[in-house]
Amino acid sequence: MNFKKFLNQLDIFGQCKKYRISFWQCPNFLFLLMGSIIISLILVSYALTLRFIEDPRIVSLIVLLIATILLIIAFIINRSLEKLFEVNRIKSEFISIVSHQLRAPISNLKWALEFLLSGRLGKIENSHMEYLKILEENSNRMAELVKDLLIVSQIESERLSLKKEKFSLSDLTSEIIKEFSPLANKNNVKINFSFEKNLPLVFADKYQIRQVVENLLDNAIKYADRKKGLVEIKIENKDKNVYFEIRDNGIGIPKEEQKFVFQKFFRAQNIKKYQTLGTGLGLYISKVLAERSGGKIGFKSQEGKGSTFWFLLPIK
Amino acid sequence: MKKILFVEDESALQKTFSEILKQEGYEVISALDGESGLNLAKSEKPDLILLDLILPKMDGFEVLAELKNNPETKSIPVIVLTNLENIEDVDKAIQLGAMTYLVKAQYSLKDVIEKIKKALEK
Repeated sequence: MNFKKFLNQLDIFGQCKKYRISFWQCPNFLFLLMGSIIISLILVSYALTLRFIEDPRIVSLIVLLIATILLIIAFIINRSLEKLFEVNRIKSEFISIVSHQLRAPISNLKWALEFLLSGRLGKIENSHMEYLKILEENSNRMAELVKDLLIVSQIESERLSLKKEKFSLSDLTSEIIKEFSPLANKNNVKINFSFEKNLPLVFADKYQIRQVVENLLDNAIKYADRKKGLVEIKIENKDKNVYFEIRDNGIGIPKEEQKFVFQKFFRAQNIKKYQTLGTGLGLYISKVLAERSGGKIGFKSQEGKGSTFWFLLPIK
Repeated sequence: MKKILFVEDESALQKTFSEILKQEGYEVISALDGESGLNLAKSEKPDLILLDLILPKMDGFEVLAELKNNPETKSIPVIVLTNLENIEDVDKAIQLGAMTYLVKAQYSLKDVIEKIKKALEK
């Protein structure tokens, strides 16, 4: 496997194709080119000076010439790297602008729907209600998606803020479980929650840790067993840390895919067959956010039996 | 009847909010840009101001600064209701004298109404 990875690194033409730029703009190719030029020029000049040239002035002239050529190539490489960075910057900027611009209409939509569904404008007929619920569910989904994209763009541009405070992880978790109970009921999933008495407060960014717990709970509910779904959450004290664990009895993650779990846009093959919703951003975001608060995150999973995700947060 | 000034350039949001706040028993006056928001605050002396930050003519920060500099409008509580969520923006608004800072995407309509009620009780 590692050897294969190494071979992939050597496949410069493949790498350049992946970047979708020409070879003359591709750093991988240009570095190789420069390397070969350096080595061959050194060999040639060595041979020349040995055989034909006795005047050291000519030797230094040759060295000067070589240095000039190398400088020009280095300059071209630099320009091509700039281009790659620029493309990366534009991508992040694009995600950020798009998600900001999407947020305003989504808020308008969500609030207008909430108002309509509250019944303050008059009673809603049952036949209409069904469709209004569809609108509500989908606007919520869209809002979640945009929120995820925005967090990713903030992570990538290193503009994600961090506001640490002391709070109770068990209170936060109870609150979130309450919010998720309609989804759990819909999926026939039972949620068991237990926590140690006298747990210390954690010291972390509350809003960001809320995202982590929401993501883990959302996954556990969605991927728990279809008929007899069970999600077990427990919170414990573990020397100077608070330990959170969430276990489901669902399809689990195939062993060969486990190493990709926290990667951006990753979705397991067996999940895709079974459940089409999801962006593959949730766990990536969770890992970054838990670690930013000074915590750790991990999991174990067995295909067909379920997954257990856990994280640790510091108490100061 | 308590009077609320809502400064927001999105007319869809203006409509939803004025309707619901009227039902809650408040008088609502609206402004679609920062400048007219500031003028209305001076002439109408509302009990509470809901202020967006990205606004035409004069942005929310400028409006907030002007409001807090003017002895006549200084004591009116201001709730910032925006989609900007950078910590710098939050700090800036609070320093300028905003009472509460709400990021639109993080709250439901019900939550926002609760916050408004609480602010008016004080």
